[in-house]
Formats: sequence, C-alpha cells, structure tokens
Amino acid sequence: MNLTLHRFHGGIHPAQNKEQSTHQPIKSIPLPSQLILPVRQHSGTPAKPIVSVGDSVLKGQVIAEAVGHRSVPIHAPSSGVVSAIEDRTTSHPSGLPELCIIIDTDGLEQWCEHPNLFNKTDCQSLSDLPNEEILEHIQNSGIAGLGGAGFPTALKLYKTKHHTHTLIINGAECEPYITADDMLMRERADHVIQGAQILLHLSEAKRCLIAVEDNKPEAIRALHESLQVLKVNPAIQIVSIPTVYPSGGEKQLIKILTGEEVPTDGIPADIGVICQNVGTAAAVYRAVYFGEPLISRITTATGDAIKQPGNYEVLIGTPLPHFLEHTGYIAQQPERIIAGGSLMGFTLPELNVPLIKTSNCILAPTTSELPLNDLAMECIRCGQCVSACPQGLLPHQLYWFSKAQDHEKAEQHNIFDCIECGACSFVCPSHIPLVQYYRHTKGEIRTERLAQQKSEIARQRYENRNERLARIEAERAAAREARAKAKAEADALREKQEAEAAATASPDSQIEDLERKILAQQDRVTKAQKSHQAAQEANLDTADILFKAVEKQQTKLQQLEQELIALRNNVTQEN
Amino acid sequence: MALLTISSPHTHNNNSTTKVMLTVALATLPGLFVLTGFFGWGTLINIALASVTALAFEAATLKLRQRPVSFYLKDGSALLTALLLGLALPPFTPYWVTIVAVGFAIVFAKQLYGGLGQNPFNPAMAGYALVLVSFPVQLTTTWALSTQMSGQEVLSFAETASAIFTGLPVADAYSGATPLDVYKNLISSGTTDSAANQNTFNGWLNGGWEWANLAFLAGGLFLLYKRIITWHIPVSMLIALSLCSLIIGWDQDLYTPLSLHLLSGATMLGAFYIATDPASASTTPRGKIIYGAGVGVLLYVIRTWGTYPDAVAFAVLLMNFAAPLIDSWTQPRTYGHKKAKRGLPKAN
Ligand code: SF4
Ligand code: SF4
Repeated sequence: MNLTLHRFHGGIHPAQNKEQSTHQPIKSIPLPSQLILPVRQHSGTPAKPIVSVGDSVLKGQVIAEAVGHRSVPIHAPSSGVVSAIEDRTTSHPSGLPELCIIIDTDGLEQWCEHPNLFNKTDCQSLSDLPNEEILEHIQNSGIAGLGGAGFPTALKLYKTKHHTHTLIINGAECEPYITADDMLMRERADHVIQGAQILLHLSEAKRCLIAVEDNKPEAIRALHESLQVLKVNPAIQIVSIPTVYPSGGEKQLIKILTGEEVPTDGIPADIGVICQNVGTAAAVYRAVYFGEPLISRITTATGDAIKQPGNYEVLIGTPLPHFLEHTGYIAQQPERIIAGGSLMGFTLPELNVPLIKTSNCILAPTTSELPLNDLAMECIRCGQCVSACPQGLLPHQLYWFSKAQDHEKAEQHNIFDCIECGACSFVCPSHIPLVQYYRHTKGEIRTERLAQQKSEIARQRYENRNERLARIEAERAAAREARAKAKAEADALREKQEAEAAATASPDSQIEDLERKILAQQDRVTKAQKSHQAAQEANLDTADILFKAVEKQQTKLQQLEQELIALRNNVTQEN
Repeated sequence: MALLTISSPHTHNNNSTTKVMLTVALATLPGLFVLTGFFGWGTLINIALASVTALAFEAATLKLRQRPVSFYLKDGSALLTALLLGLALPPFTPYWVTIVAVGFAIVFAKQLYGGLGQNPFNPAMAGYALVLVSFPVQLTTTWALSTQMSGQEVLSFAETASAIFTGLPVADAYSGATPLDVYKNLISSGTTDSAANQNTFNGWLNGGWEWANLAFLAGGLFLLYKRIITWHIPVSMLIALSLCSLIIGWDQDLYTPLSLHLLSGATMLGAFYIATDPASASTTPRGKIIYGAGVGVLLYVIRTWGTYPDAVAFAVLLMNFAAPLIDSWTQPRTYGHKKAKRGLPKAN
C-alpha cells in the first residue's frame, strides 16, 4: 500500500538536538518521597478530589474524580498518605497556583485492585464489548493526550455525526530535543501497535496511519517488526514522513497524510479524522490489557545543563527538583528550565513544580547552547517569516498590527489561526519575538470579546428585566380584572344567596326585615315629596321629574306594604 | 525560586539582519568586478564615497532621532543602500551628485520615515531618481565606455578620481552614452541597420554591459539559493519585460531589441537587488508576482516612450506606491480557510 504524501506550506529545519537523549534506554528514577498531583492535568474541567488529608491511598486508586466528559480522574501514582490538599504552583506558564493533592509516599508501592478490561467484564475480546464500555474504561483510567495538549482521550472517540475514515497515530515528534515518543516507539513498539489496534477498533475508521518523521529510523524499524510479529489488523500502516517542523502539529500532519485541511473553526473529526499521540496509544493499551491507570509517563531530560540526558519513566506528580537531581542537572546562571522543546516549550516560572501527564520534555539548556534573545531589530519585511509559516499567515503583518494594537486588522489577517509554532520567530533575521506579540494580541482580543460578551449579557439582562416588568404589570392588570370579575360574580352570587336565604329565613325575621324596609321607604317617599314641593314652589322645570320620582317611590312603598300583608296573612294561616 | 522566563521559541536559525545585508553585498561582488574590469575605477570610487557619506548621514540622523547609533549602524542597511547607489550611478558621476543622492536616500527616504523597514520607498532608488531628475546632464554624460567600446585601456585610478572630484569632463574617448541610449538614438534617426557596425554593439557579449548583467544575474541566483530573496519578483519582472518586448517591440527598427533590454542598463541589478528590497516591495507571494510584473511593464514603458534611457528607479518607485495595496489584496489563503481574505477589514 503506497500512500501519497502531501506538503503543507512553509516549515523549517531547525537543528534536531535529539541525539543527546537517545544514547541510553528508558530508565526509571527512585521513588520520590512526595508526589504533587494537580487536579487539572488535562484540558477541560478539573477533577474533584475525593480523598481527605490523612487518608491512606493505594497505588492506582482514584483520588480525584472526573467532572463530566471534559475531564479525567486522577489516580495515586504510588501508595502513601494524603498529606495536604492545597494550591501549589504547577507546570503551567502562568505560574498561578492550582489545587493539588499531595501524597507522602510510603515506599511500599502497594497496588489497589486494578482488573484489566477483560477480567472486569468477563469478556475475551474487544468485539464482545460495546464501545461505550471500553471508552468508559479508558476514561476511568485517567488518559488524556500525552502529546502535549492533554485532551481527554475517550472524548475524541465518542461517536460524532461524521464518519471517521482515518485514525492517525502521531509519532512525528518534530520538535527539537524531545525524544520521549521516539524512545517509546523503539522500546515499546508493541504497546503502540496494540494501542493503535484498540483505538482503531473504537474509531471504526477504515485505516490507521502511524506517522513517524524519517529522522527516527530505529523507531520505524521497531514498529515494522512489531507489526509483523503481532499480525494485527492490516488496516494499520506505518508511514515515514519527511522531517520538517512542525509536521507533528495536528493540522499539518493531517494535511501531510490526507491532503485535507481541518476547517478553521472545526476539529479533525469534521473531516473524518481522529488524531492520537503514540504515547496515548501505549497508555490505552496498558489500561485495557493491564488495568493500569495513567500514573506514569516517559519524560525526556535534555539540554547541556543535564549531565545524564535521556528518557525517564517518571511517576505523574514527581517534583521537578527530584527529577533534576536524578538526571544530573547542574544549575546555570541565569537559571532557565523549559517544559517542552526549544520551539514551543515554555519556561517554568518556578523550580518546585510537579511533572504532569503532559510533561514530555524538560529542557535545561546552557546559554551558549540556546542563547538568550538579543535585542530585536526592526522588521525589514524580508518575508522570511511568510515563507516559514505553516499556517499560510503573514506573520510580519500580524506583527505590525499587534504593535499598532490594530485588533481588527489582526483578526482579518487570521491571527487566531496561528498555532504559535514559532517558525516565524525562528527565521526572523531581526530576532523579533513574534509569537510573544501574537499571544499578547490574542489575549487582548479574547479579553475584549469577553467584555463584549459581558456587556451583551448585561444588555440582554436589562432587556429581559424590562420585559419581565412589563409582563408582571400585564399579569397584574389581568389579575386585577380577574379579581374584579370574580368579585362581581361573587356579589351576584351573594345577592342571590341572600335572596334565597331571605326566602328560607324565619317568617318573623322576614316580617321585621320588611317592616324596616318599609320605614326606610317611607322616609324616601317623604324626602321625594319635599323636594317635589320645593321645586314646585320655586317653579322649577325639574318639578315634573321629581313628581315622577315621588310616584316611583310610592309604588315601591305600596309593593313592600302588600308584601308585608301577604306575609302576615301567611303567618296567620300557618299558625 | 524564580527562574528566568522568556517566551518561546528558544532557538533561532542564527540569521540576522546584518548577515542578510552582508550576503546581498557579497552577491554584488561579481557584478562589481565586471564593472570595474570593463569600465574602470569609477564605480569603486563611487561606492567608497557613497559608503562614507551614508554612514555619516545615518549616524547623524540616528543621533538626532535619539536612537542608539552603533546598534542601528550595525545592521548594515545604510552600507547596502550606498553600495546599490554606487553601482547604479554612472562611473564618472561628480562627487557632489553622489553625496546628494546618498544624503536624500538616507535622511529623507529612510530615516525620516522611521528608519529601516518603515520606509515606503526604496531609499537607493529615491536618491537615484532625485539626482536623475535634478541633474540630468551629469547623469547621462558620465557613463564610461567599456574597454571594448573605446578600444582603450581603462582610465587610470588617478585620472578617474580627478574626473569625479574636480568635475572636469574626461576625454570623449572614455565616456559616452549607454547602449540603451545609443540604440534609441539610432531608432529616431532611422539608422538601426548600422547598429552592428557600431562599437557599442560590437558583436555578441562584447560591450561589457552584457557581462555586467550576467554577473549580477549570477549573484542574484546566489541570493535565491541562500533564500535571501524568493523567485517571485525577479522572475515576474523579467518575464513581464520580455513579453512586452516580444509583443510590442518585435520590430527592431522601431524598438530596442529584447537582448538589449535584458542585458544592458540596470536590468539584472534591478531585478535581483533593487526590486527585491524587502521593506518597500510587496511581501505576499502573489503580491510579489504582481509587483515584479508591474516593475517589468513600467520599466519597458518608460524605457520605450519616456525621455530617460533607463528606468529601473522610476519603475520601482512607482510600484512602491502600490505595494501596501497589493499586499492587502493578495493575502495568502490561510490553512483551513476555503478562500483567501481580500482587502481591508469590513466595517461591521
Ligand atoms: S522575518 Fe522578521 S524581519 Fe523578516 S518580515 Fe518577518 S518579521 Fe519582518
Ligand atoms: S507562530 Fe503563528 S505566525 Fe508564526 S509561523 Fe507559527 S503559525 Fe505562523
């Protein structure tokens, strides 16, 4: 099967500097006395601690549980006692403290029960199990992308509306200095292949491409051998790709292998592709076949300030000073430690941070090795950056717009498509820290947007409030009306009831009632007569009308008197 | 414990503005050798004079603008401007013309716009155009004749220097018009038939001009190889010039022939060193093609119908005007976008 490879725009060929750390096999370092486990080591929602200070924990035990799908649990990497749950500085460029669970290890390395997927479910093979169950197992094993971004692995594999045609296992590892994936592929190719097999099964893709840059011939050979020995799914293919930075960037790798581009506002799944890192594949394999949650990883220690450069299997949460001590670190002046490679890695703000699930490399360079940036000159618009940018941007224009704080133009020139790969800065003859400008501008635009959103929300709220008030007013009016109506109805009802009550009341009281009414009516008649007389004497026009009123009142009086007579008669008859 | 925090990337390809300028300067050496070999010491003296002047003006303006002088002088851009001017000016240009050209280039065309990278116009060509317009006589009669054309040995260093610094005209045998100029005169007098008999066109590759252009072409290819420039501008410029000449000017009795357009005057110097001056040219890949083609067409138009025999300076300066606009209309398509964005941001 021959695959046609494609090219992405630009790219650079920095010095590899991978040699240094590939001379020795993957080693382990002594168990640290303390492990620091941030509850957020993945992208998404932080996990929630479910242990308390003083609790004893076993190796592999869940100590913080996932909160929703965009989150993964954290496990105890070794047995011991929880000595604190508090904010600590972690391996993050901001240097802001984050919630961490601290475990004082007891040195026993005592495992909790950790059945593999097959024992747990009493199944022989993956095809006997529903995908959801396998995914849940992966999710519960705390696996998040080991390549760097730390995206929850299972989340990528849940069915979407798009059919997945290609699963890419990313072993490109294009960034200088880092060799963690390289060594993993060399020494544990079978883990990678088996993991790929599981991921292929889950993704239901037609093919699985394991992509490795051609500067790693040993890794490629090991993968091929293991592919042959394991006799796995023939849809799994190993692809050697040309060495050019950043071929391992997800977007670039997808372009190389499929010729397609991930839409700017989309994700790979939109074009039927899923990408997973080789380290992630191996972790999936260990979780499924051995029931091992993600509690360790391979981290490269390199740079001239490290005397035993190489790759080390470290427990998640290992404090950096412990790691440095066992890799032969010699402190430099000024002290500079980079988490990641020389192009995208970030300098750690503090030494006392833990290694986490995404820590692929610790680079401790000397200043002669990686000189500190000298003063930047002006941009001469030489266009070197344009030729280098893998995203097809105009980095120098973005720089001008950033400097001029012209956010509108920066966005129009697609600043948000910048993947911060650093290729532009790398080639800039004027040594301008371009990426720094872009980060800053992006941050500002984001803040702006947030403020805009907030004011939009406030506006919406204001409108909603007005609407609500109007609605309440309308409701009140309606209620008033309803009440009035109800009252009218109730009045009518009461009158009727009174009348009925009157009819059924005792004859005596009825007589009394009538007598009272007659007296009142007599009053009215007198009053009417008086008014009539007065009007007549004054010779007013109203006299006639008043006379009619007198007649009316008199008729009413007569009616009442007749009623009374009838009532009295009734009473006498009854008696 | 606080560690040193700096933004990524932490590594660099070790290129620098100074190196870029030096490489460009290096690439002009073959051309400079040929010019000196065929036309004498004039060009070298011009370059030396221009360099000293440029550094002095640059330092003075930087000082006035209160910028760190040595830091900016180090970038080598002033020297490059001087070098290009020295190469472009006629070998017997009077010294004060050179000083005016360099002074204008550095002070007005570059520093007053904010220095390197901020200049909308190519400084060297701005200086050149200024003196060409202001002192046309000094700039059209001071070309040296090549050894082949004059049939003499080159003028000695002392004589050349004295011509430049005293302003006394050199003997007719040594100076004269350029081939482009000569041919234009032949066209207007209807005597193009006699071209082949003239010293100026004394057989193929015999005039010195062809060799100079080929040498600049070689240096240009070196710059391409070193990735200092990209192919877009020179290739599109030369193709546009050739097409114009082939389509419009196929009749050699009425128009200057293509070979003369390509291999005489400042064609190759313009295509590889001047039109490619980054600060004032277009910077997007498609923009560069349009820009280069524009320079080529204008070059042909001005050479053919203008009053000046050569036109690299005007063609480049005119396209400098258009460069920002071209850039904003030729943004490349960004990864993951269906279409390239065009023009200015939409007001919304
Ligand atoms: S590489 Fe640097 S100097 Fe050259 S155009 Fe880009 S930002 Fe400007
Ligand atoms: S950092 Fe951004 S602008 Fe620079 S090369 Fe990478 S993607 Fe392009």
